[in-house]
Amino acid sequence: MTEPNSPMIDLRAVSKWYGAFQVLADCSTKVGKGEVVVVCGPSGSGKSTLIKAVNGLEPFQKGEIFVNGISVGDSKTDLPKLRSHIGMVFQNFELFPHMSITDNLTLGQVKVLRRSKDEAIQRGMKLLDRVGLIAQKDKYPGQLSGGQQQRVAIARALSMDPIAMLFDEPTSALDPEMINEVLDVMVDLAKDGMTMMVVTHEMGFARKVAHRVVFMDRGAIVEDCTKDEFFGTARSERAQQFLSKILHH
Amino acid sequence: MSGEFDWAVIWKYREALWDGLVTSFKLFGIALTGGVFFGTLLALARLSSLKVLSYPAAGFVNLIRSIPFIMAIFWFYFLTPMIVSKFTGQQGEAVGPFTSAVVAFIMVESAYFSEIIRAGIQSIPRGQPWAAYALGMNYWQSMGHIVLPQAFRNMLPVMLTQAVILFQDTSLVYVVGLKDFLGAASKGGQITGRIVELYIFVAVVFFLICFLASWGVKKLNARLAVAR
Repeated sequence: MTEPNSPMIDLRAVSKWYGAFQVLADCSTKVGKGEVVVVCGPSGSGKSTLIKAVNGLEPFQKGEIFVNGISVGDSKTDLPKLRSHIGMVFQNFELFPHMSITDNLTLGQVKVLRRSKDEAIQRGMKLLDRVGLIAQKDKYPGQLSGGQQQRVAIARALSMDPIAMLFDEPTSALDPEMINEVLDVMVDLAKDGMTMMVVTHEMGFARKVAHRVVFMDRGAIVEDCTKDEFFGTARSERAQQFLSKILHH
Repeated sequence: MSGEFDWAVIWKYREALWDGLVTSFKLFGIALTGGVFFGTLLALARLSSLKVLSYPAAGFVNLIRSIPFIMAIFWFYFLTPMIVSKFTGQQGEAVGPFTSAVVAFIMVESAYFSEIIRAGIQSIPRGQPWAAYALGMNYWQSMGHIVLPQAFRNMLPVMLTQAVILFQDTSLVYVVGLKDFLGAASKGGQITGRIVELYIFVAVVFFLICFLASWGVKKLNARLAVAR
């Protein structure tokens, strides 16, 4: 069971290898309830692998991850049940292309949460309205723009009433003019007090809503500090280099 | 044999030919259903990360695919009665040629279909099952609702082509004396000496069925291309 002040997501010395190559090296960090943590770093630094490890999509060989007090790596854990409480948004949206937007929003609610079809539609449409896409409810994912698809994907994740949301580079596959419509939804969500772990290069988003910033390089967490500390005087040389590269162009 | 064609023989043997055609279609239907069903299971086993599933599945598929179809039919004709009598303890012919042909066809077709289905499953990006799992679905829900529907849609044209080949292959059962469409024509031909007429008729019917099916596949392909 959960202690009153235990973190929502708790990573303890997580390591992962692909053969001899180490992709995650002793990664430890925490995300408290209602906290927004941005994970950034150069490509290939293990950010995506780390966030996928949080809901057990990427297995890891060493260390422990607890979500709401439940161990992700424990073979006795009911992973599907745990995942149903954690929302995840992917870089490539991953809406189900053979289903209408409405079906995308209700499938998980009906099949996993065992909600009635009516209840699921009601909840789904409310969230679709929240992301401003109620008019698209009968369309198929392929008929929507990238930004719209990602907003539907966020609504789909929220329809499961998650206790935390994971975002894996949610704007990296988008055309520049569509990035903001997705970030706006995420900012709203953060302001509502959702617990969020966000892998992104959008430093504007980090500045606006993040509580903490985690900087990764070569599979290790190099910086883990408050937003102000990070943007003020990022301590490691590698983080400073990274910031100067993505902020000045 | 007289110099002129006598087409009346077809009408005379219409009942036997019709029964033969029904047998062919029955065999086709059962083999297709069983082949796709077991082929899907074989494909899933082969793609499994569990070696106890993937190795035997790969072994079975490779073995079946490396022996001639006609040999498999022969083999099962003699083998299935033996196995059945082992289990039931009864001597003699426990299963007829139709049952043994069905067993052979399902096994062979499931091996062929599993390769098509495996490629279809692999054509679905990894993010799709990930998204299904992230919503809390288990393996079977992810496969049943997300991966397989998309995979089948992608591989439908290849599957239908394989189905047309399967229909043509049903004529191979004449080797175990099963009276399918071709078998009925053979029998009639041997009795009347009008084998050419009957074989031409069989060829025309096969051609029409397969031509219509191929045409349908082409139509369907065009429709799917638009829908995507």
